[in-house]
Amino acid sequence: MSTPITSIPDPSTRYRRTGLRGPNMEMLSWMFMRASGLLLVILIFGHLFVNLWLGEGVKGIDFGFVAGKWANPFWQVWDLLMLWLGLIHGGNGVRTIINDYARSNRLRLVLKGLLYFAVVVTIVLGTLVIFTFDPCPVGADPSLLPSLCEG
Amino acid sequence: MASAQSGTLYRGREGMWSWVAHRISGMLIFLFLLVHVLDTALVRVSPEAYNEVIGHYKTIVFGLGEIGLVGAVLFHALNGLRLILVDFWSKGTQHQRGMFWGVVIVWVVLMAGFLPRHLIHMFGA
Repeated sequence: MSTPITSIPDPSTRYRRTGLRGPNMEMLSWMFMRASGLLLVILIFGHLFVNLWLGEGVKGIDFGFVAGKWANPFWQVWDLLMLWLGLIHGGNGVRTIINDYARSNRLRLVLKGLLYFAVVVTIVLGTLVIFTFDPCPVGADPSLLPSLCEG
Repeated sequence: MASAQSGTLYRGREGMWSWVAHRISGMLIFLFLLVHVLDTALVRVSPEAYNEVIGHYKTIVFGLGEIGLVGAVLFHALNGLRLILVDFWSKGTQHQRGMFWGVVIVWVVLMAGFLPRHLIHMFGA
């Protein structure tokens, strides 16, 4: 009579949820959410502080206010980082939500297609606006322009 | 929706509700972000077009919406920091519940600071 051979894994073996090992897209996406999230806390708290707290708050926001900010490369870079990180972070979050709740393959595909389209269009549009912005457009009402356009 | 027929280990209490609130606040912020980039893009159309549209942000309805938006952003940010601690700090999981209430307290303090100032800006005292 032969003894049956049983194979029991070593108790210290770490269990694996998936067969994926080493860096992969889902792990990079997980890492990105934490890294970009940390930066976005700083960027968005600064954005809210300058736009909603200082001065007249929301009442002070007009073309002149935006033009005054973007005349400074510091705020151009700030807003550009916020745009890219915010949309990729948010887009990746919504991708996770779609993966969790949309159960049919086709619905998931459609929703993620719309999501990626919206994210790409918004990033491209925002980037073009920041880099092609003219704080003193020719022919505009001078009373609406920032003080740096005088003279 | 989770399809577990029986109960799941992590259902309920602060851990689950912070996760639910993180999702909802994140979704709201993302939708606002899309709109906000579009309205800001109007600076490339003309100063008048931008001022016209951004003027809506100064109305009472939008002003109240901004309070909700800032509340969502602050919660998402603070809970996101808690989440990073849960993931990377060796004691994170042990203290996740305490950190959740820490998030709530800091959120209340920040909102208590923002609310009167924003209302003064809106109604001009």
